[in-house]
Amino acid sequence: MSAALAVSGLVKRYGAVEALGGVDLEVGDSELVGLLGPNGAGKSTLVKIACGLVRATTGHAEVCGARAGSREARAALGYLAELFRFPGWMTADELLELHQRLAGSRGGERERGELLELVGLREARRRPVEAMSKGMQQRLGIAQALVGSPRLLLLDEPTSALDPVGRRTVRKLLEELQRRGVSVLLNSHLLSEIELVCDRVVILLGGRVVSAGTPAELARPRGVEIETDAGKRMYPEAGREDIPRLIAELVRDGKNVYGARLLTSTLEDVYVEAVGGEGS
Amino acid sequence: MTAIWTIAEYGLREALRRKVFVVVCFLTIAFLGLYWLGARYAFHHVAGVVPPEGVDARTFAGAFLFGMAMFGTLFLGVVLAIFLTLGTVRGDAERALLQPLVVRPIGRSALLVARFLGAAAVCVPYVLILYFAAMLLTGLEGSWWPDRIVTPGLELAGGVLIVAALSLLGSVFLSSIANGIAIFMLFGSGLVAGLLGNIGHVLNSPGLTHAAKIAAWAIPFEALYQDALRAITEKTSGLTGFLLRLGPFGGAEQGGAALRLWAVAYIVLVGAIAVAGFARRDL
Repeated sequence: MSAALAVSGLVKRYGAVEALGGVDLEVGDSELVGLLGPNGAGKSTLVKIACGLVRATTGHAEVCGARAGSREARAALGYLAELFRFPGWMTADELLELHQRLAGSRGGERERGELLELVGLREARRRPVEAMSKGMQQRLGIAQALVGSPRLLLLDEPTSALDPVGRRTVRKLLEELQRRGVSVLLNSHLLSEIELVCDRVVILLGGRVVSAGTPAELARPRGVEIETDAGKRMYPEAGREDIPRLIAELVRDGKNVYGARLLTSTLEDVYVEAVGGEGS
Repeated sequence: MTAIWTIAEYGLREALRRKVFVVVCFLTIAFLGLYWLGARYAFHHVAGVVPPEGVDARTFAGAFLFGMAMFGTLFLGVVLAIFLTLGTVRGDAERALLQPLVVRPIGRSALLVARFLGAAAVCVPYVLILYFAAMLLTGLEGSWWPDRIVTPGLELAGGVLIVAALSLLGSVFLSSIANGIAIFMLFGSGLVAGLLGNIGHVLNSPGLTHAAKIAAWAIPFEALYQDALRAITEKTSGLTGFLLRLGPFGGAEQGGAALRLWAVAYIVLVGAIAVAGFARRDL
């Protein structure tokens, strides 16, 4: 089966400005890929090309084997834009019904009820969008993106307006979608969230992929920390295999050892390093 | 086809929920009320007037008043068409309303066609209702009826459809405000062209008349309006007929079947350019 999203040599120029400079990326089946990068890195442009809103200058993008932007490709995906608005006069139920009709979904009322339940909006199904908080609208946006059971979900900053509880709901929702076999490309600035839910992370900078891999692959060892009665001691050059020897030496020197911890870099460290320092 | 119907219905529901129709109905009733009052006083006054020789005062008053009502009908229809379509593409894209619809498996051309049909479904009945209501008021108050009953109304509706198509085209390239201003200015230009034709006719200036004719065909809603004006008095001759050809807000001018064919082709052409422009647009 073809990848949910396959992108190769993707270039997008807006006049003299190069938004993407030859990006290669793949999102496999049931895979949850996090897309990271500073503002202007080309994340949203990449997502927009994938869903057919923007045309690539050169390169290829395919969604489930169909050319990105084609009717078949759009039928296979769900999309939530970073900045989106729904007509304020529509109720949650009406909005989902509109998208069901446009997506050709035959899920009817049952699908709408399930989706609203999934995002915690069942009680608000008759509420107009204009009477919803920004967080509720964002959750409704996610429900809208899931109409028609898409194989690929493109989420551009889906948690930017959510409070911690809302973010947790979305996290659980993403895990549930993964269990159901949905592939997700998640564009977010919330590194901790990406680290928690994503199988793989891709970091973009200046329209190019500068780092990619699983969170474990990206994490680099940063030494060993051992807690003794004299306090915590750092061994920056040490690795996992050095821990027994270090403990033995400390005990031999008459220290009481209370614990040892292998230190690895966080996704935030990796990200900051990849995009060129704290100022990025 | 389902997608076209869905989007067209969405446009209609939006107009309903946003109370567009309530405002339009209120203004229309006010317009018709004032028109009825004007017609009543005018015909009452005409009954006591001795007109110059060769002029039928009742026919002149009836056709002139109804010609003004036709201009009012065209104007209100155009206002409605512009406000229903001015932000269809770029305006809705800037407000981030368009993107969730465009990523669905419907063609961009289907979206434009649907929005045009939605606007047409509102504007055409509105223009026809207003046209026949004004005709009825004129006929009941002054016992004057136009020489052609249906054709002028259809031509006015056609004129409004042309403006709706132009507004949709403008919405692909311009922001809502810029598009609204541009289309209203275009509408104004058409009226000026009609008035120039009028002046050229009176001054017997072939150059001015020719220029006005070219302008009217370049923006054929004006030519349709002129043809509709002509149609309401096509059997009226003599001095009365001559005076009525000058018409209110642009002279009456025969367009005929060629004009109607051109109007249809014009809408198709404008629509094709809009579709091509929309297909190439990044959102």
